[in-house]
Amino acid sequence: MKLKQLSLFLENKPGALSAPVKILARAKINILTMTIAEARQYGILRLVVRDWQAAKELLERHGLLVKVTDVLAIEVPDRPGGLARVLAVLEEARINLEYMYAFTLKSDSKGLLLFRFDDPDKAILALQNKKINIVGNAELFKRLDG
Amino acid sequence: MSKHPVHNVAPFDPISAPDFLPTAQLRQLQFQRLKNMVAHAFDRVPLFRRRMSDRNLQPADLQSLDDIARLPFCDKADLRDGYPFGLFACPMSEIVRLHASTGTTGKPIVVAYTQQDVDVWTNVMCRSFAACGLHRGDIIQNAYGYGLFTGGLGAHYGAEALGATVIPISGGNTQRQIMVLKDFNVTAICCTPSYFLHIIDQAAELGVNLKDLPLRAGVFGAEPWTESMRQRIQQDSGIKAYDIYGLSEIIGPGVAMECPCQAGPHLFEDFFYPEIIDAATGKLCPEGVEGELVLTTLSKHAMPMIRYRTRDITTLTSEPCPCGRTLRRIKRISRRSDDMIIIRGVNVYPSQIETALLQVEGALPHYQIILTRERGLDEMEVQVEVTSQFFTDTVGGLEQLQARLAKSIETATGLRPRVRLIQPRSIQRSEGKAKRVLDQRKM
Repeated sequence: MKLKQLSLFLENKPGALSAPVKILARAKINILTMTIAEARQYGILRLVVRDWQAAKELLERHGLLVKVTDVLAIEVPDRPGGLARVLAVLEEARINLEYMYAFTLKSDSKGLLLFRFDDPDKAILALQNKKINIVGNAELFKRLDG
Repeated sequence: MSKHPVHNVAPFDPISAPDFLPTAQLRQLQFQRLKNMVAHAFDRVPLFRRRMSDRNLQPADLQSLDDIARLPFCDKADLRDGYPFGLFACPMSEIVRLHASTGTTGKPIVVAYTQQDVDVWTNVMCRSFAACGLHRGDIIQNAYGYGLFTGGLGAHYGAEALGATVIPISGGNTQRQIMVLKDFNVTAICCTPSYFLHIIDQAAELGVNLKDLPLRAGVFGAEPWTESMRQRIQQDSGIKAYDIYGLSEIIGPGVAMECPCQAGPHLFEDFFYPEIIDAATGKLCPEGVEGELVLTTLSKHAMPMIRYRTRDITTLTSEPCPCGRTLRRIKRISRRSDDMIIIRGVNVYPSQIETALLQVEGALPHYQIILTRERGLDEMEVQVEVTSQFFTDTVGGLEQLQARLAKSIETATGLRPRVRLIQPRSIQRSEGKAKRVLDQRKM
């Protein structure tokens, strides 16, 4: 159910972002989706790849600070109110959402959003109860390949 | 001892008369005082007795002033080891004042004064003000901090003895400093040079032109600064900026002070005997060669210092000064031989910062201290490499870490730093001693 996301600490200076991106490119590791959280002096690059272990090891070997975090890929209907419903479910279950971002991937007019919760297992239960689809590794990679 | 100075021998202003003693007479006076002081220290301070006895030296072995070079050195470590009162040469009943400065381990260095010591201090501070042309009728704004730091009270007593009007405003609150400078017709100010640069900038922002005020002199010290900084101060404020030198271990401010020639501070040699040594070998340097300044107090009762290694790097010159003072001059101190850094007049050691960083949950060993000067004020940035243990994946978590580190450093040093989190391995590693401090202050 849960996906592994890699978070990288990046100093806010020229070339900081291109360093990990180049490292992954040379190793032919595709970034499936990514986002950057930025503070004044540094940023946190969050990304999802297929083989997170290999990517983590590679990035760390280049001196980068990498943290692995569990995230959920949740299907959200691509129409007004689609996200609102998902959020309402989480709110009702009193689950804390740390941040979210999107996949460009779309199927059957459903968007795919990545959520980071303080308690992902609790979130899985709450979402499944309300029949909200969570996309796991296998399904995600299948869709990407298709 | 009277409120005003001791030796009214030369036909000059009685306050500064001792500044003009003929050299031979000055050397004779120094030798007499040295003998008395060494005998006193030998009798009363176990450390000095032990160090001299180790070299088979007795006070009576001092046959000339040059024999001072046979005496052992002492340094800050001795003061730390003796914390708090171990080097005192008088019973507490004779001591009228204690001051303290910061040290590496968080414990301050304590210094003591008898009434006679306070009078000597007042005397040299009074002569310091007189040396730069201040006198009765001047209004002196004393922006050195009052308290355990020697700057505030030292300048205060000296200015009062001069007969000037003292405004004991102490440090900080720049807007009020500027208001007082303007409204009280202040003619002279005492503070650190960097703080005065800050006052210049703030005054400009407040629309106050310092050049329009009666302010004409600044007595600046307590931190390293340079000739170009003096030029900038003088150009921007229209005052004369004078360099005063001192250190708590010897007496406080007033060990040396510039005359109107502004050619380096004259040492008040009737009370403090200077030597310049090679910091590595301890050997005396020939005149004019740069080395570490070593000072011996010639009259201090409560806490005599024999050949105290100041760690300040300078040169000593006996070239006649156009002002006529026979007191030798040192060059402005712009660096120190040890790793102590002076930030806004506060002594800080990298080891204090290290300890503070390590106190935050245990293990952030890679850091660097970057010192800059912005708008005339020293800024300390501490760059810390983040480790996976502390990397939380959220901005909020990292901000919390930054705040905890800053707080810990502030508690240890009294200075609030900027803490910058940086990537692992981004600080250049050194083979030997880590380069902990990057001093980028343009002085």
